[in-house]
Amino acid sequence: MSSFRQRALRHPSFALGAVLVLLLIGAAALSLAWSPYPPAAIDVPHKLAGPSAAHWLGTDSLGRDIASQILVGSQNSMAVGLIAVGIGMLVGVSLGLLAAARRGWVEALVMRASDFSIAFPALLTAILLAALHGPGLLTATAAIGIFNIPWFARIARAAAHDVWSRDYVLAARAAGKGAWRITRDHVLPNIAAVLIVQATIQFAVAILAEAALSYLGLGTQPPQPSWGRMLSEAQTLMFQAPWLAVWPGLAIALSVLGLNLLGDGLRDLLDPRLARSR
Amino acid sequence: MTHFLLRRLAGFIATLWVASVLVFAALELLPGTAAQVRLGETASPEAVAALEARLGLDRPAPLRYAEWITGLARGRTALSSSYDTPTAELIAERLQVSLPLAVLAMALTTAMALALGLYAAAHHRRLGDVGVMAASQVGMAVPSFWFAILLILLFSVRLEWFNAGGFPGWTDADSGAVTAASLWEGLLALVLPAASLAVVQAAILARVTRSAVLEVMREDFVRTARAKGVGRGAVLWRHVLRNAMIPVLTVMGLQFANLVAGTVVIENVFVLPGLGRLVFQAIGNRDLVVVRDVVMLLAASVVVINAGVDLLYAVLDPRLRTVGEP
Repeated sequence: MSSFRQRALRHPSFALGAVLVLLLIGAAALSLAWSPYPPAAIDVPHKLAGPSAAHWLGTDSLGRDIASQILVGSQNSMAVGLIAVGIGMLVGVSLGLLAAARRGWVEALVMRASDFSIAFPALLTAILLAALHGPGLLTATAAIGIFNIPWFARIARAAAHDVWSRDYVLAARAAGKGAWRITRDHVLPNIAAVLIVQATIQFAVAILAEAALSYLGLGTQPPQPSWGRMLSEAQTLMFQAPWLAVWPGLAIALSVLGLNLLGDGLRDLLDPRLARSR
Repeated sequence: MTHFLLRRLAGFIATLWVASVLVFAALELLPGTAAQVRLGETASPEAVAALEARLGLDRPAPLRYAEWITGLARGRTALSSSYDTPTAELIAERLQVSLPLAVLAMALTTAMALALGLYAAAHHRRLGDVGVMAASQVGMAVPSFWFAILLILLFSVRLEWFNAGGFPGWTDADSGAVTAASLWEGLLALVLPAASLAVVQAAILARVTRSAVLEVMREDFVRTARAKGVGRGAVLWRHVLRNAMIPVLTVMGLQFANLVAGTVVIENVFVLPGLGRLVFQAIGNRDLVVVRDVVMLLAASVVVINAGVDLLYAVLDPRLRTVGEP
């Protein structure tokens, strides 16, 4: 295990990704307990102030502290990411494992359905859901979660296929183990690494999608601060206060960059064969 | 070959059918009917029933589904409740913005991605490669709508080269005719939106191109071509790129779905009167007929493009025509 840690620390993209992701998690955790100002606290006399000691990143059109909004906004991105990846993983991995274990028409059905839904953008699902239930964080999270399902189903099936063709699975079958127990005891533990890598990448996708939906007004609703909505508010003040548009975007980009780098790094570290061929 | 085409055609029609059922069913699940939504919650049950009868909503869903599909096939669509025009007319008008935008963005994406991917592969493990890969990592992390806002800040607010948004139309404002100048004005309005869509997409596609090219460059026929004296550039263009196109095309097909979604967002950033804004305003007005038809069109376009990619595979790689599954 120590060699894994040494390799991890020496892997540049893993190390940088881990630092950025820890910052994101740290910001979300910290904001649960503390932020410089309450994010919704209005202070009109100090509106549209530039960065200063009192307001590190300045204030918006109502005098609300930008740094506090960004800090608290990270909760949103984390929550949507966790739930959307959770939905995608739970349903997608189950379907993928089922497809690999059952083969035949079950597999064909799962794969056709996931091919189809991969082509259906999360945004269109969100638009349909918003037209039905009205816009909101719940519909946005559900749309992103649904979008994640086929990706996990595909990855899980492909990885599970590989495990099913191994000799030790043949041995387990010969010993009388059923498909369900083989899946639980052999397949799942052996594909966990692949799933973790995919989860990291889908987490990044979820953060981007939440930001886009909130920017459009289909995601997080006021007064809950969200990076995407901060950007849409900033856009209306582009001529008076251009810096407002910089910070929330930077927060999104750094979080996504961190998760992508972490995912790439993890893939290299967990599967050295891939690392060499790239 | 005929067998291959027939199988693909059957798959294509089945996919379109499933998409239409899903879109129709999704909006059928609406709590309260479309008539209730239009009249508001305070409307009397009699008024709702009257409107339902007028719109034909009191008839069974399968019948209405069949009418919708046959109408779409004949180009006859339902009336939008907020514009009181057939949705086909609204969509045709908005496509004049969305289609050129998508084409321009895809062209920019392809040009940038192929150039960067080939460059990185040709400079494998050297500074140029590392630089391209780092830039693409950043490109993948940047939300396209934020990049769009940054482009507006630089090119519209600071340099004042482009307008910050809006679309002048393809025709001359005074005469109403299409002139070279009016076309140019229209194109200019689409440059920043297309660029903001393309940069993010190209970041992903450049990585795919690079690894596909690297993979092919290890093949024996490349070594043979080099050994018989074909130049480096000629090998890259004539032998490597063509063989590397299969994974590149696959990802381009998948990216088209992202492009469709991205267009919806970017049109809202630049206040372009395209399909994205149409569907968006339709949600605000709870104009479900428009939402249904636009979402169906977008989904259908994704299906059509993916079918096109499938056919291109066969053109690029004759082996796939007989095997069936790529």
